[in-house]
Amino acid sequence: MADSPKKFDKKSRYTEARGLPGAFEGETITRRRLMEGTALAAGGIATMAFALPGLGFALGPLFEDTLPTRWQDVGPEEDFNEESYVPRVMNIDAEIGDAGKTTIYVRKFKPGADKVVKGQDRQPYVVISTRCAHLGCPVRYIQASQKFVCPCHGGVYGFQGQVEGGPPVRPLDRFYTRVRAGRVEVGDRFSLNSQLERFAPRDPSNHLDGLWQYLYPSRPTT
Amino acid sequence: MSTPSPPPPRARRRSPPRPGQDDRNAWDGRNGAPATKPTSKEQAVEGAASVVGWLDERTGTSPFLRGFLYRKVPKGTNWFYTLGSATMFAFLSQAVTGVFLAMYYEPDPTRAYESASRITNEVFLGEFVRGMHRWGSTVMIILIFLHMGRTFFFGAYKYPRELNWVIGVVLVVLTLLMGLTGYLLPFDQRSFWATVVAVNLNASGPVVGPYLADFLRVGSEFGPTTIPRFYALHMLAVPGLIAALIGAHLYLVAKLGTTAPPWLKAEKKDLLKEEL
Repeated sequence: MADSPKKFDKKSRYTEARGLPGAFEGETITRRRLMEGTALAAGGIATMAFALPGLGFALGPLFEDTLPTRWQDVGPEEDFNEESYVPRVMNIDAEIGDAGKTTIYVRKFKPGADKVVKGQDRQPYVVISTRCAHLGCPVRYIQASQKFVCPCHGGVYGFQGQVEGGPPVRPLDRFYTRVRAGRVEVGDRFSLNSQLERFAPRDPSNHLDGLWQYLYPSRPTT
Repeated sequence: MSTPSPPPPRARRRSPPRPGQDDRNAWDGRNGAPATKPTSKEQAVEGAASVVGWLDERTGTSPFLRGFLYRKVPKGTNWFYTLGSATMFAFLSQAVTGVFLAMYYEPDPTRAYESASRITNEVFLGEFVRGMHRWGSTVMIILIFLHMGRTFFFGAYKYPRELNWVIGVVLVVLTLLMGLTGYLLPFDQRSFWATVVAVNLNASGPVVGPYLADFLRVGSEFGPTTIPRFYALHMLAVPGLIAALIGAHLYLVAKLGTTAPPWLKAEKKDLLKEEL
C-alpha cells in the first residue's frame, strides 16, 4: 500500500480518532460501552429499589422511641420510707408477658442525705433499677449491708446505687417518679454518672463520666 | 470406583437406523430389534443410565465432577485435611434439623418456651432432633476451630490462599453469630439472661455499640419483636450467607489445590540438582 497507515491517537476522547471501527464523528463513547453502562445502571437501580426499603424496614426501629412514657402505680405513699428499699414489680413491656417485667427498689427521698444536683429537679422518690450497669443482670438489694449485689460478675453498689466494687461502669439507673392522689407513680428510666448527675437512659456497660458520655451517645429509641 | 468414561468420538458412534432401512450394523442384526428380550433388570439399568446420560449431556456434570473429585492432592495428605468437610457436614446437619425444628417452633415471646418444650416432650423424635441441633451446634464450632488451627499450623493460609483464609474467618464469625442468635430461641431463663448479657456486650462498643444493641433488640428494651428478629437472623440471613461463602470457599480450594503438610520437604528433581 502506498498510503502510510493512518496514525491513531489512543488517548483521544473521540472514538473516531482512536480508530475504533464504526465510529461516528464527534462520538466520545462507543455504543457498546454506553449499553454496558446502561445495563449496569438499570441493574443497580433495580437492586436499590428493593434493598433500600428492606434496609430501612430493618433499621427503622433504631430511629423511633419504642417505649412511650407510661406512669405506673406502685402503691400508696405509706408503703415507702426513707431508710430502706421496698421491692416492686413494674412492666417494661406488657406485650411479652413475664419477660417484660422487672423488679425495682423504691425509697422515699431523704433530704440532707440524698444529693440534689444543681439544675436538675429532685425526684420525690428514689427508684432504683435492678439492671446491673455492667452487663444487665438483675441485682438484689441486701438490707443487712445496705448494698446492691449482682450475681453474674460480682458488681457491688452502695445505698445510693453508686459503684462500690466489681466491673460496673456507672451507678445503677433510676426512674422518674411523681405522686398522684397519694399514690407513687414510676415513669421513664434515666442513667447517672458517678456524680449522680442525670443523663438520658443508656445501655448497661456504657460509661458516662467525662468524654465517655459522647462515645456512648443517647439514642432516639430511649 | 472408576471415573465415568467419556462418550466415544463422533466417528465411532453408530448412527440409528433410518425408517425402513435394514439395520445390518446394529449389534444384534435384525432391523434394530434386540435379539433377546432384555430382562427387567437390564431395562432398569438401561433406563437409569439413559436418565443420567441425558442430564450429564445437558449439564456437563461428569467433567466437572472428574475435575473436582479426582483432582490431584499433594503427597502426605492426611486425616487433618477432612476437618473442613466435617465442618460442612455439621452445617448441613444443622440446616436439615433446623428446617424440621422450624416446623414446630413458634418465634413469639409468649409461645417460644412452650413450643420448644412441646418439641422435646410431645413431638415424635422431637427430643432427638432438637438434641442433634443443640449438640451439633457445639460440634460445628469445635470442628471449625480445629479446621482453622489445621490451616494455621500447616501454613495453608499463605499465598495464594489468603483470600480463602479471609473467607474462612468470616465463616467463623457467622458460625458464632449462629450460636448467639440460636441461644435465645428456647427462651428459658438461661437463654434469656445469656442473651441480655450478649446484647449488652454489643452495646459496650463505643459509638456504634448502642445502636447495634438497638438493632438486635429492635428498640431500647427486649420486646415482642426481639425473638422474631433473632429467629430471622438465625434461620434465614446467616445460614444463607454461610452457604454462599462455603460455596466460594470450596471453589477456591478446588481452584488453588491444597498444600502439603509442613513436615514434607519439596522433592528436588535430578535435573534441577544438576543445574544447581
